[in-house]
Formats: sequence, structure tokens, C-alpha cells
Amino acid sequence: MGKYTIKVQPKWCKSCGVCVAFCPKQVLVLDDAGKASVQNLEACIGCRLCEIRCSDFAIEVGGENGE
Amino acid sequence: MATHVSEYLRLDKMPHIWCPGCGTGIILGAVVRAIAKLGYKRDDVVVVTGIGCSSRTNAIIDFNTFQTTHGRALSFATGFKMARPEMKVIVITGDGDGSGIGGNHLIHTARRNIDITTILVNNGIYGMTGGQYSPLTPRGCIASTAATGTMEPCFDMCELVKAAGATYVARGTAYHATMLEQLIAKALEHHGFSFVEGIAQCPIGFGRRNNQKTPVDMLNWQKDHAITIAAAAKASPEELAGKFLIGEFVNKEAPEFSDVYWEASRKAQQKVKEAR
Repeated sequence: MGKYTIKVQPKWCKSCGVCVAFCPKQVLVLDDAGKASVQNLEACIGCRLCEIRCSDFAIEVGGENGE
Repeated sequence: MATHVSEYLRLDKMPHIWCPGCGTGIILGAVVRAIAKLGYKRDDVVVVTGIGCSSRTNAIIDFNTFQTTHGRALSFATGFKMARPEMKVIVITGDGDGSGIGGNHLIHTARRNIDITTILVNNGIYGMTGGQYSPLTPRGCIASTAATGTMEPCFDMCELVKAAGATYVARGTAYHATMLEQLIAKALEHHGFSFVEGIAQCPIGFGRRNNQKTPVDMLNWQKDHAITIAAAAKASPEELAGKFLIGEFVNKEAPEFSDVYWEASRKAQQKVKEAR
């Protein structure tokens, strides 16, 4: 398990791809349905750039600080 | 679910109506995160909006909210603040609503220095009504009403409200969302008229017509064209060409309008009492 958790709400995701493009560690991909999906959680550094740039509030990063 | 989402958004309105990759959602995220960090209670905050994509914020944000006529959010907010000065009043507006239709209201609200925080989501286009150019569409850009490119120069809103008398003025972008959140938090804590311009991407109404095909392209444009005030001070004119400034432009104290008004009211009542 990685240090962090990433929760995606597929129903809120509109498949814009911003989270995938700006993740510095290529943790996220768009799945077959075009929704954001976690592919490589081990690599997550908890920067939360995906969460703060998600226009749809569809991503939540949890982790070390119990957030 | 994160607190700022579960506490401050109407979950039954999700997914919201904004287009995929819209910058307004990122800026709203910065607003609710800033409010969560400051720990404001829902009942102590009122959010007033006008018309447009950014004004649809009121459909999903869970404070005391009212959506008003096009461009007039600041006028309604002024009335509300005068009657209930203890409330935290926030106006969320767009470039069409705030600088075009409601430009006159904006300069006079800034001039009065009333304690209202205005977040102007600048996506450079009238998005909701079909992509007409706004006073903030950069010259030469294509819009539904400018097939060969706009012929007009655009406003610098931060310079405009600064000249009008705003006591807190800042600009951020959706790309620099963490910085934007910090600027919004400072604006919310400022006593007086505070103004934060958030540069946002409109991939559908603006980007598609202007060689920025995806939200990612548009965010990269923000990254490449924004320069902080501190970095700009050390940059050469060549490095500054085509760039826009982000950061805090004004942060000063001045008498706040509702304070001045209620003090005058108190003095007048005292005089009446003495006369009796």
C-alpha cells in the first residue's frame, strides 16, 4: 500500500483529463469509460494537485495527516 | 468526503452543470477551501451572484445565497451588507457580469470600500450565452460575435478597481490554485472592499475557437503566461512580453463604508436624543 489514498467519484467526473495531465508521478489514468482512475497509487506523493485542479470535486486525496 | 465539499456544497446538485475542464469549478474549489481553513460557519456567510457561468455557483454552494440580475450582484450585496454588517458577504461574478454588464457597479463598490469580497472569474468570454466576446477578451481572439477576432483592447480589472479605490486587490489563476486559495483567504479576512481576479479556462466557449483545444492546453497557457509580481520585478522587458502579473497588488487600510454609515447613524440618533 502507498502512503496515500485517492478516492474518485466517477459520477461527478467529466473526463476532462486535467488530473491525469498534471500528476507529476503519473498516478492517474482515464479508464475505458473515460473516468479518472487510480493506476499507480504507490507512486503518489500526496501533492493533491489532482484534487485542487479537479473542476468537478471528483477527487479526494487522503493520507499521512489523517485528512 | 473532504470537509469543504461535504460542508459547503449542495451534494444533491452534483455533478454540477459546468462543462468538462471548466476553470470555474477550480476557482470555486479555492473559495470553499479558503472558507474551510478560516472556519466560517455556513450561516455567517452570504454569497451573491448575478448571471453567467460563474454565477451558477449559487446553485451548488451551500451558504445563504441569492442570485440576482445580470451585473447587479454588487448592488444587492451592498444593500445586504448595509443592513447586516456582521455577515461575511461574498460576490462571485464573471468577466461579462462583473466588467461588462456590471462594470459601473464594480467601480463604485470599490470606491465606497464596503466590506465585500468579490471573486471575478475571468474566462475571457460570455460563456453561458454562447461565446460572445466580453470586455476582458484579449484583442484578436475569436468569439461568436468576433469571427475575425476582437478589435477592442481589454480592461486590466485589477488596475481598474485599484484606481477606483479597492483596498485589497489580487490576481491568481486556476492553474495556480493553491496560490489563489491563499489570496482569497486574505481577501476574505480583509476589512474593506477586496477583489480577487481568477483567470479561468473556458474550453468550450473560448478555447475551441482560439487554438487551445483542451482544458489542459488552457491551463498550460496560464502556467506559461502568468508571472508573479516578485519575479516580474527582476525580469527583463523581453521576459515580460505577453505575460500577465499574478499576486497581491494592493493591501491597505481605509475607512469602511458600513462602519462610517452606522457611526454617522449613531451620532444622528444621539443628537435627536439630546434635542429632546
